[in-house]
Amino acid sequence: MRLNKIGYLIKEGFVSIFAHGFMSFASVTIIIACLIIMGSFSLLAVNIDKLIVDLEQENEIVAFIDEALSDEDAMSLEPRIVSISNISSVKFVAREQAMDSFVSDYENKELFEDIDPTVFRHRYVIYLEDITLMEQTKKELEKITGIARVKAHLEIAKGFITVRNMVSAISLILVVILLTISIFIMANTIKLTTFGRREEIAIMKMVGASNSFIRCPFVVEGLILGLVGSGLAFLIQWGIYTLVSDKVMASIAGNIVSVIPFTVLMYPVLIVFAGIGILVGAFGGIIAIRNFLKV
Amino acid sequence: MVQMKGVTMVYESSGTEALKDVDLCIDDGEFVFLVGPSGSGKTTIVKLITGEVSAAEGEVIVNGFDLRRIRRSKLPKLRRTLGVIFQDFRLIDKKTVYENVAFAMRVVGASNREIRERVSYVLELVGLEGREKRLPQELSGGEQQRVAVARALVNNPRMIIADEPTGNIDPVKSLELMLLLEKINELGTTVLVVTHEKELVNAFSKRVVAIDDGRIISDGMDGYFCYEIE
Repeated sequence: MRLNKIGYLIKEGFVSIFAHGFMSFASVTIIIACLIIMGSFSLLAVNIDKLIVDLEQENEIVAFIDEALSDEDAMSLEPRIVSISNISSVKFVAREQAMDSFVSDYENKELFEDIDPTVFRHRYVIYLEDITLMEQTKKELEKITGIARVKAHLEIAKGFITVRNMVSAISLILVVILLTISIFIMANTIKLTTFGRREEIAIMKMVGASNSFIRCPFVVEGLILGLVGSGLAFLIQWGIYTLVSDKVMASIAGNIVSVIPFTVLMYPVLIVFAGIGILVGAFGGIIAIRNFLKV
Repeated sequence: MVQMKGVTMVYESSGTEALKDVDLCIDDGEFVFLVGPSGSGKTTIVKLITGEVSAAEGEVIVNGFDLRRIRRSKLPKLRRTLGVIFQDFRLIDKKTVYENVAFAMRVVGASNREIRERVSYVLELVGLEGREKRLPQELSGGEQQRVAVARALVNNPRMIIADEPTGNIDPVKSLELMLLLEKINELGTTVLVVTHEKELVNAFSKRVVAIDDGRIISDGMDGYFCYEIE
C-alpha cells in the first residue's frame, strides 16, 4: 500500500469523526458510560478485597515457648521464626506482658493480684503474609525446638478464605458480565453509526474499493473514538472515586475501613480503560461494517 | 467485453426468477441500449456484470473475469474495469465534487499528482470545471449526474454501465448526457445504457437489446419501436 494511500486512509478516519459528529459523540458517550459503570464496580471489588486482606492480617498465630527455656534462649528464637517463609512480622511477648494483657481484659483485677507471672509462658505473636498457608506455617513453627505449642485459629482463617474467594468469584463474574454487556452496547452503537453509512460503503465497493481500503478509516475512527472515550472515562472515574473515597473517609466508616488511594490504582485503571477502548473501537468498527462489505 | 451464455438468475430471498436462459454478447467499443419495462431484469443484468449477484446457471465473462469462478477478493479488480452510473447518482454527500471523483482514483492507489491531473481533465470533459469545491447537494440533478459520469470515467474503465441515468434529470439534460456518453464511446470505451425512455433510445442509431420477463426478446439496430413500454 502506498504511503499517500495510508496517509489518506488515516486522514479519512479523522475527517469522518467530525463529518459524523453526532454519531461520534454518541459512541464516545456510550464508551464513557460503560467504562465508568464497569470501572466503578471493579474499584469497589478491589477495595472490598483489600479490606478482607487487612482483616485477614489481623488473624495472628501465637507460638508459646517451652517453660524450660531461659528468657535469653526464648528471645533468641526470633531469627529462626522469621526465617520461615510466609511470616510477615513477629513480636516477642514476655510472660509479664502476657499477664498484663490477660488481666486487662477483666474488670475485677483484684482477682488476679496473687497470680505469679510464671504461670504464663513467653510467646511470639506472629502475623502471616498469606493466611491460606496458615496450617503449613503452623507445622513449620511446631518443628522449632523450644516452641511448646502453636495456637492458630484455622477455622477463622478458613472462613476468611471462603469469604475472599466468594467475593473474588462474584466480582470476577460481575465484571465479566458488565464487560460483555459494555462491549455489546459499544459495538452496537458503532454498528448504528455505520448503518447510516452503508450507502457510502456500497458506493466505495462499486468503484472497486477493496474491503481493507473501506475498513481502514473505520478502524482508525473506532480507535480514536475508543481512546478519546477511555481517556475521558478515566478522568471522570478519577473524579468520582476521589469524591466517594473522601466522603467515606470523612464518615464514621473511615474509622473502620481504609480506601485505596486512586494514585495507587490509576495506572492499572488507565491501561484497562485504554485497552478496552482500543479493543471495542477497532474491533467494533470491523464487526460493525462486516455485513455491509458482503456486496 | 461481456459474454453471457444460458444465464438464469434466481433471487433466493423471494424465489423470483429474474433472468431465464439469457444469451448476450457486448463487444469492446460497442454502444448498447438495454431496454425493457420495470421488473423485466435490466438491473439484474447490471448486477450480474458488476458481480453484485451470481448467476444460478450459465456463463458470465466480463472484461476477462469469469464470474462463475471469481473469488470475492478479486471483485474490486473487476469493478475497476467498469464505471457505473446510477439513476440516483450515488454520490457521497459529505465529499466535494473533486473528492467524489478523486475517491475512485485513490481506491486504485493513484498518486496525488496523477489524481490532480486526471480529475481536472474529466471534470472539464463533463463540463464541471469550476465546480470542484461544491458539495453534491449544491448542484442540480444534471450536474450531479455529470459528477457520477466523471467518477465512472476517471479510472479510464473498459466499460461504462449507466443504469437509468436519465431517470432524475430533465429531457434536455438527458440528451446532453447521452451525447456525452456517445462521445466517451467514440474515445473507445464500451457503453451500456439501461433505460426505458423510448424517445431517447430512438434519437440514437445504436444497438438495442430488449428484455421482458427475464428473457431477451429482441436484439438489433431497429430502435425501440418494436417494443412498447407497459
